[in-house]
Amino acid sequence: MTNRFRTASGGRIDRAAPLSFRFDGQTFSGFKGDTLASALIANGVHLIGRSFKYHRPRGFLSAGSDEPNALVNVARDAARAAPNLRATQVELHEGLKAQSQNRWPSLSFDAGAVNDLASPFLPSGFYYKTFMWPAGAWKRFYEPKIRAMAGLGVAPELPDPDRYTQNHAHCDVLVVGAGPAGLAAALAAAESGARVILCDEQAELGGSLLSEVSATIEGRPAAEWLAATLASLAARDNVTLMPRTTAFGYFPHNLIALAERVTDHLATPGADLPRERLWQVRATEVVIAAGALERPLVFPENDRPGVLLADSARTYANRYGAKVGERAVIFTACDAGYRAALDLKAAGVSIAAIADLRTEVSGELPARALAAGIDVRPSTVLVGTKGRLRVSSAQLAKVKNGAVGPAETIACDSVLISGGFTPSVHLFSQSRGKLIWDGAAGAYLPGTSVERERSAGACRGVHGLQRVLEDGYAQGEAAALASRDHASPARGATPAPATPSRAIPASAEDLGSAGFIGATPHGRNPALAKAFVDWQNDVTSKDILLATREGMRSIEHVKRYTTTGMATDQGKTSNMNTLGIVSEALDTPVPKIGLTTFRPPFTPTTFGLFAGAARGDVFDPLRKTAIHDWAAEHGAAFEDVGNWKRAHYFPRAGAGGRMEDMHAAVARECKAVRASVGMFDASTLGKIEIVGPDAAEFMNRMYTNAWAKLEPGRLRYGVMLREDGFVMDDGVVGRMAADRFHVTTTTGGAPRVLAHMEDYLQTEWPDLDVWLTSTTEQWSVIAVQGPKAREVIAPLIEGIDLSKEAFPHMCVREGTILGVPTRLFSVSFTGELGFEINVPSAYGRAVWEAVYAAGERFGITPYGTETMHVLRAEKGYIIVGQETDGTATPDDANLGWAVGKAKKDFVGKRSLARDAMSAPDRRQLVGLKTTDPKIVLEEGAQIVTDPAAPVPVPMLGFVTSSYHSAVLGRSIALAMVKGGRARIGQKLMVPMPTHAIEVEVVEPVFYDPKGERLNG
Amino acid sequence: MLIITCPWCGARPEVEFRYGGEAHIARPADPSALTDQEWADFLYNRTNPKGLHAERWRHIHGCGRYFNALRDTVSDFFVTTYKAGEARPDVDASSGGSK
Ligand SMILES: [Zn+2]
Repeated sequence: MTNRFRTASGGRIDRAAPLSFRFDGQTFSGFKGDTLASALIANGVHLIGRSFKYHRPRGFLSAGSDEPNALVNVARDAARAAPNLRATQVELHEGLKAQSQNRWPSLSFDAGAVNDLASPFLPSGFYYKTFMWPAGAWKRFYEPKIRAMAGLGVAPELPDPDRYTQNHAHCDVLVVGAGPAGLAAALAAAESGARVILCDEQAELGGSLLSEVSATIEGRPAAEWLAATLASLAARDNVTLMPRTTAFGYFPHNLIALAERVTDHLATPGADLPRERLWQVRATEVVIAAGALERPLVFPENDRPGVLLADSARTYANRYGAKVGERAVIFTACDAGYRAALDLKAAGVSIAAIADLRTEVSGELPARALAAGIDVRPSTVLVGTKGRLRVSSAQLAKVKNGAVGPAETIACDSVLISGGFTPSVHLFSQSRGKLIWDGAAGAYLPGTSVERERSAGACRGVHGLQRVLEDGYAQGEAAALASRDHASPARGATPAPATPSRAIPASAEDLGSAGFIGATPHGRNPALAKAFVDWQNDVTSKDILLATREGMRSIEHVKRYTTTGMATDQGKTSNMNTLGIVSEALDTPVPKIGLTTFRPPFTPTTFGLFAGAARGDVFDPLRKTAIHDWAAEHGAAFEDVGNWKRAHYFPRAGAGGRMEDMHAAVARECKAVRASVGMFDASTLGKIEIVGPDAAEFMNRMYTNAWAKLEPGRLRYGVMLREDGFVMDDGVVGRMAADRFHVTTTTGGAPRVLAHMEDYLQTEWPDLDVWLTSTTEQWSVIAVQGPKAREVIAPLIEGIDLSKEAFPHMCVREGTILGVPTRLFSVSFTGELGFEINVPSAYGRAVWEAVYAAGERFGITPYGTETMHVLRAEKGYIIVGQETDGTATPDDANLGWAVGKAKKDFVGKRSLARDAMSAPDRRQLVGLKTTDPKIVLEEGAQIVTDPAAPVPVPMLGFVTSSYHSAVLGRSIALAMVKGGRARIGQKLMVPMPTHAIEVEVVEPVFYDPKGERLNG
Repeated sequence: MLIITCPWCGARPEVEFRYGGEAHIARPADPSALTDQEWADFLYNRTNPKGLHAERWRHIHGCGRYFNALRDTVSDFFVTTYKAGEARPDVDASSGGSK
């Protein structure tokens, strides 16, 4: 409960607002303004997790979003649980409950730590080398085991009860990052009158200024300047400040995705608030002020709890009033170690020694450290650390001419390391800007821009507080100016170095650009020394060297082989050191090794943010016909057909109250249609109204059939091809008038067919006077099919002569049904006498119910799509997309009769003239009858002549439709078979895993081959 | 997400549009007069340039019209858009960006 490691005063925490929280079941206290990390550190807790692969004890490395170790699960309840959150970004609130991850049974004793002892057997690339045998074992055995042992957090299993919203925003200038450069940029852009959004991933805006205790800006302490600047920005109408908002993705045309965390920091979030908001910001200009990330040093045992980045330790002390320990050893390659040492000493941490990798140590900060009595040791490295769950000592050794001398052990409870700073070029790189290696800075810096963006401050290698502020101000002014030009933005340009219109005098320590990249020398047996490069994925310098020895040259290969940089932190702390190690091993300069690609998201993002409201019932649009509810009320089982819900079959209670299964229901429905009458909701058919003086000419060009001579009042089955000659869609078309066609399409094909028609009409034949209108949803379509169909509808129809002579098969008449206008088709997809009643959708259900009532005396049977499929297969009617697969010609599908041979041209005609399109060995539609009539073939099954032929067995074709036909008392199937029509009468085989099934090739019409039933 | 300027409606986000392949490939007036090779060229062969590409787009969730665009396939930026039937504008890739 004590905050033993809290400073006596200072920091930005609110000491008047204590908060109680739990970590791994233990209660602690912190203050408002703490992160989970700072509060635990103030309580002396550093052991925060176990590493991914070796289960090594790990502590906090950093204080920000780059943290690789401190991943925790934060849960309000069983459903509201978020794994893998960085404790350094989790804001403390009253009652917060957090748990460590990847440990069993407990954090301090973890059985998985045996992996650490087994590590000689887990070298880099071990996934590829070890677990590939026997075949299939990876999926069944190794992967689940490895996932269970080497893992991250566990996702909750309950649905997420929180809301996530998605918003769009526009601005003239988006500034990413509210450190000194970003603040100055926002200020300058706002003063120029631009509409500005300033976002930052942290709870408080200010960036590095939040950790400053001695710097001054414009004559005031940095904290005062920050408060005044934020107040002035907040007061402006043209500025939106967005804390807790991560710019995680940079997408084309300056679309920046922001993740705003709205409620995670609240003890009791209001029910009206979403948990997170996704902002899609379209910015005219972007200023990236992402700052720089401190780089660790790579030396043996650099991963013990208590080993932290030096500047992060300074942030804990200055910003949060939390001391990382009582006695620290510092290992540095730049002045950041000295600045941290001085600030920590002032906060009450004793500094045991500063080991400086550099031979020459000079400058203001080292001088001040010496003056403060700190033991400063140039040319010194850390060659190891000791301690079980927390560092207890560091081993220091002199380096002379590359040789490492004897080690001296210094007791300590913390080791603070700094290898310099890496500019954060993630967003710039995501924008596809070109990075350029700057040898003097030892860093990749933004080069040529692709998008309308510019970088400012530390993320482009500028250092020194005043220079950073002035660079930010200048870039903000330039961005505001550029944003006025919406018409011709300069692209592919490197933003010119800008000069601010005013100076922003500031005083602070300038750390310069010194630093180190790679692994530091240690002189120990390399087989026994683990020097970590990538903390989160447990990659050591030894692993990187092994990869280079095994032939990896490109950094992309090294990355994939070792998995370095591939964890959820995307190598924020490891990428540059990896490059340095490879560079040294291959004796190749860093820029020659390449740089891996930075990809969104910058930090992990929740799925909820992307899903937004699109979940559950509104995940995807659901389409229902006007008759849907009737079907549901009558017990229909539904199936999904595209976005449509269609009645699949209508099970009834049989003897003893047992519900029919699909097989029984379909058998009953089929028999009813053939024996008497059935009704079917065909409303999902696509419908297009084609109108205009040139409508017939347009139809002639779009369909294979001849339309010119089709009289008004007649129907015709139309076949549509793509220009490559293959069947694209089919449907019955009614000629309503000389200049008007009622076209139907397949259920799934409607949008595609309309787009296809529009394409030709708009771009090839704009001279044709034709209008196309989708009418799919305007009409309900009720198919009444069976010998009694005419008798059922006759009493309901007015204004249409239904007699056989006046209204034969394949006609359309207009009249009324129950007083509702109808287009009545005499058409059949069952082979029986049939009608399709088209009525405006608003009357669909009423007409359906009237037909059902009128049919009762004939036992009218509503049927679903499964019965529709069986009935049409009995007649050999194809379904485009089931019998055809985009490589079938009309002739292949037995539709050669529908091709108007005399027509000069139609879409696809020229392709049909190619020799290959009429080759005799093309796959053709045939029927199959199994020798054993009880066997129903599997759709998709292959067809061969001899299943015992040497592999690969030549494949003749495949089964496209297969059903049990109750009416015929046997199974039937349709198939596409090479040269199929010439094989009628032959026996072929359908091989299955355990045996082969004998089939006979037959004509594809199984029922009423002469078509005598169509006319009733 | 790209911003695409429909010549009829103005600048709109990419999700309102559907790509329509290379532009200025007219369907031959009499396909039957073409050899198989000529027909195959019309059907399948496209220029696939590195740089400026004239291509068709349809404002499918807007006015529904097809139009043409010049897009730089290297930078993925649109240089200009124009109505179907108009000639390809004589511009180069550096002459602008998305409007
Ligand atoms: Zn438009």
